[in-house]
Amino acid sequence: MQESFFELTDGLFENLQGDEVLLVNFSGEVSDFIRFNRTLVRQAGTVHQRHLNIELIEGGKHLSGTITLTGRQEMDVPIARAALARLRERLPNVPEDPYLLYATEPRNTEHFGTNNLRNRDEVLGEILRAGEGRDMVGIYAGGGIYRGLANSLGQRNWFQTYTFHLDWCFYHEKDKAVKTSYAGFEWDHGQFAGKVDSAVGQLEMLAMPARTIKPGEYRVYLSPDAVNEFVSMICWSGFGLKSHRTKTTSLLKMISDEAKLHPLMTIRENTREGIAPNFEPSGFIRPEEVTLVENGKLHDCLVSPRSAKEYGVETNGAAAHEGPLSLDVSGGDMPKEDALKRLGTGVLIGRLWYLNYSDRPACRITGMTRFATFWVQDGEIRAPMNVMRFDETAYRVLGENLLDLTRQRDFIPSSSTYGGRATSSSRMPGALVDNFTFTL
Amino acid sequence: MLKELETRFRDISGGVDFCSLRYLRERDELLTVRQDVPQPVQDSDDGGFMITVLHEGGMGYGAGSDLSAAGLKWAFDQALFWAGQTAGRCVTDFSKLSPPCPSDEYAGPEENPWVSTPLEEKFDLLRSLSAQLKSCGKIVDWEASLWHTSTQTLYLTSEGGRCRQTFSYMAPLLRATANAGSQTQTRTLHAGRGACMQGGMEILEKIGYSDAPRRIADEAVRLLSAPDCPAGTMDLVLAPDQMILQIHESIGHPLELDRILGDERNYAGTSFVTLDMFGSYQYGSELLNVTFDPTRPEQFASYAYDDEGLKAEKTYVIEKGLLKRPLGASVSQARANIAGVANGRACGWNRPPIDRMANLNVEPGESTFDEMIAAVENGVYMEANRSWSIDDSRNKFQFGCEYGRLIRDGQLGELVKNANYRGISATFWRSLRMVGNLSTFRLLGTPNCGKGEPNQVIRVGHAAPACLFTNVDVFGGA
Repeated sequence: MQESFFELTDGLFENLQGDEVLLVNFSGEVSDFIRFNRTLVRQAGTVHQRHLNIELIEGGKHLSGTITLTGRQEMDVPIARAALARLRERLPNVPEDPYLLYATEPRNTEHFGTNNLRNRDEVLGEILRAGEGRDMVGIYAGGGIYRGLANSLGQRNWFQTYTFHLDWCFYHEKDKAVKTSYAGFEWDHGQFAGKVDSAVGQLEMLAMPARTIKPGEYRVYLSPDAVNEFVSMICWSGFGLKSHRTKTTSLLKMISDEAKLHPLMTIRENTREGIAPNFEPSGFIRPEEVTLVENGKLHDCLVSPRSAKEYGVETNGAAAHEGPLSLDVSGGDMPKEDALKRLGTGVLIGRLWYLNYSDRPACRITGMTRFATFWVQDGEIRAPMNVMRFDETAYRVLGENLLDLTRQRDFIPSSSTYGGRATSSSRMPGALVDNFTFTL
Repeated sequence: MLKELETRFRDISGGVDFCSLRYLRERDELLTVRQDVPQPVQDSDDGGFMITVLHEGGMGYGAGSDLSAAGLKWAFDQALFWAGQTAGRCVTDFSKLSPPCPSDEYAGPEENPWVSTPLEEKFDLLRSLSAQLKSCGKIVDWEASLWHTSTQTLYLTSEGGRCRQTFSYMAPLLRATANAGSQTQTRTLHAGRGACMQGGMEILEKIGYSDAPRRIADEAVRLLSAPDCPAGTMDLVLAPDQMILQIHESIGHPLELDRILGDERNYAGTSFVTLDMFGSYQYGSELLNVTFDPTRPEQFASYAYDDEGLKAEKTYVIEKGLLKRPLGASVSQARANIAGVANGRACGWNRPPIDRMANLNVEPGESTFDEMIAAVENGVYMEANRSWSIDDSRNKFQFGCEYGRLIRDGQLGELVKNANYRGISATFWRSLRMVGNLSTFRLLGTPNCGKGEPNQVIRVGHAAPACLFTNVDVFGGA
C-alpha cells in the first residue's frame, strides 16, 4: 500500500504548475468487525477503505478535497488527477487564508508494524468458547491501519500497524456487567484467558444484592478506566491553544483565577509511548512529549499549525481539534494492591459514562457510574452498586479532594471506530478521591 | 455507472439465500467564516458499497470502494465467508427472514440547489453574518458556517429489488461566545447545528438565518452578567431546541429495539424499556404523542425506504402517553417478534445498518406559548441544549441549556445563566402538563447521533412544540 501511495503522489507532483504546492494525506484500513450479543454473532464483516486528502496551495490560497480510492492504481490515478484538476479550477474563487501553515522542511519518517494477527476464524471461535454459558456482548475489530503523507517539497511519511481490539462485557443481569478489553498486536491465548478469568471473578461479585446509595459526598476509588473518562472529558477543549485564546477552555479558571490541580497531577501528550502516527496532516512532526499540566499547574498548550499561525507561536504538531492523542497522566505513590485498603469505606468506581460539562468555565462535569461499581466497607467489596449520577469540578476531583494516585498505570488503547479504527491511547493511574459528589 | 454496478451485482449475487448491495455516494462541503476570516473549504466526495449475504442462517458483509467486477466479487466473498462462519452462531436464524424487495425511486427536496449559488456568494453571506456576530468587544469568538451534503443511494437485492434515493442536507451554524474574566457564555442558533433540514439554500430563509446574528450575540453578552439559574423543584418550559434533545435521549434511545434486545450493552447502553411494556406502559401524560415520521420531506432524516429496503411510514410510537411500538427495523422485529418501523440505517457505505432514530417527533398540542407561561407560578424557561448526559439505561438524565429566563406569576422574567435540570425518564414525561400548539412547533435535528459497534454517527430529525413540565429539579452553575 505504501508503494502505490507514493507512486500515486509522485504522479500528482509531476502535474503541478507554477508555484503550486501539494500536500497529500492517505488514510486506509482493512478491518474485520465481529459484533456479539448474548455470546452469539449479531453482525460480522470486513471493510476495506482508503481515503486520500489532496490540498492544493498557491501563494496564500489553498483548497483541499477528500476522495475515496479503489485500491486499483489504474483507476486511482485518474481519480486523483481529476480531483486535483477540480481543486485547481476552484482555487481562484477561494479567499486568501492568513492562517495557512504547512511544513516546508521535509522530515521523512516510517513506522512499519508487522502483521502477527491471528486468523479471524480462529479468533471468532476462541471468543465464542470463552463466552460459553455466559452473556457476552461486545465487538472484535482487527486488521491493518495505514497512514501516509507526501508533499511536493519532498517529504514522505508512512505509518502502518496491525492491531486487534476485543472490547466486551460479561453481563450478570440488567445493567450489571463487567467490562473488559483485550487489545494488542498478537493474540495470545494465555493473556486472553487471564482477562476472561479476571472478568469472571468480578462477575461473581455482581451476583450479590445491589445497593443504592443516597446522593451526597463519598470517598471513592476511580479505576484507571474511570480516571481516563474524567481526564478525557477535560481534553475536550481543555488544552488547545485556540480554546485558551478564545476563553472557551474548560480550564479557564487556571488562566483567569490561577486555579490549580493537585501537585500530583502531571498530564502529558506522550507521543513517544503512544501508538498514534507522529506526523500531522500539514507535515509537522510531533515532539515526543508535550507537558500540559505539571505538578498541578498549567504548562503548555497543544498547538495546531493553524493556531500557531493565528496566534504567532510555534506549532507542536497537534491535530486540528487540539486534543491529546496519546494522553498520559503520571502515577502517584499508592500501590494498586492497596487501593481498597486505602479506600476503606466508600465506592469503587469501575467506569464512568456519558460525561459532559454542566458548567464548562468552572470545569464542572456531570456523568454516570457504569458497569462494575461496588460499595466497599473496611477495604472489602460488599455489594455491587446501582448506577449513580455525579456532578463535580476538576478542581475538587483532581485538586483539593485528590488523596493519591496509584503507582502503576494502565495502558488503554482507544476502542473508537467512528469513521475508522482509532490509533489514540491513554496511560492512566487509579485515583483515590474524597468527598466525591453524587447527585441522583 | 449505476447501471453497470447493477449488472455486476446481478452477475455475482446468485447461489446464496439472499444478497443485497447498498451503494452510497456522499459529497460534503463545509464553509465557515470564523472571526471574519474564511476558513479552509472542507470538501469530500466519498463513494463505496456494502454487500450483505444471508446464507444457511448466517450473515456477513463486505464493504469496499472498488466498483469493478473484481471489487464486487471481493466484497461478496468476504460476506459469504462471514455468513459461513456465523451460520448457527447468530442472534437469529437469518434463513427465516424475509428481506423487503423494494422497487422505487425517491428524491428529497432542493428548491434552490447548493451548487447553483457560487462559492463567493456563499462566503459573502457568511462574512456578513460573521461581522454582525461581533457586536462588541466582549464577543471573543464567533463563527457562521454552512455544511451541505448531497447523497445518492442505490439498494439492490438478489430477488430483483431496486431502490434509488437522493437527498440534499443543510446544517447551518451561527455561534457567538462572550467572555468577562472567568465567565464565558455561548449562544447559537438552535443549539449548534440544530436548525438542520433537507433542502437547498431556501432553508436559510425558513430558519431566519440572516436575522439571527445580532440577537445571538446580544444574548451571549447579556448572559455574562445574568445571575445563575436558581436551584429548586419548579415548573419548566422547554423550547423546541431543548425539546429535541429531551426527545432524543429519553424517548428515542430507550425505544430503540436493538438496545432493548441487548446489542448495545457494551457501548451505547441498554434501556429501561422492556418488550412487555409495549401496549401497556404509560410512558408520559395523556398529552404526549410521539411519532416516527419520515414523511415530512424537509425534515432532516426523511426518506422513503430505510437502508434495508423497508418502506418508511408515519407511525405513532407513543399515543396519549401509552407506549405502542419500538424503533426497530426488519431484523430486530423478527428477533423480538414485534412490529416496529423502517429505521435500519447506516451512517455510510462502510457500516452495516442498525436500529436508529430517523425523524422522531412530539406532535403539537393545543396551548399557545403565552398560555403555558401564564400557567406557571414559579419556574424557568430554557432554550438551546448545550450539555447532555444520561445513564446507560436511559433513565437518570441531566441536561443544560444556553439560555434561561425566570417565570414568576405567569410572566417571563429576568435572564439566568447556566440553566440545568435533571430527572428520570420513566417519570419525567408523566409530568408533562401542557403541549404547545403549531405556532410553537419547529422542525429541527442533529447531524451527530453516535451509536453502534463499529461506531456510527448519523443524522436524525426531531420536531417539537414548546412544552411545560411540572416539579422538575432545576439548578445553576458551580
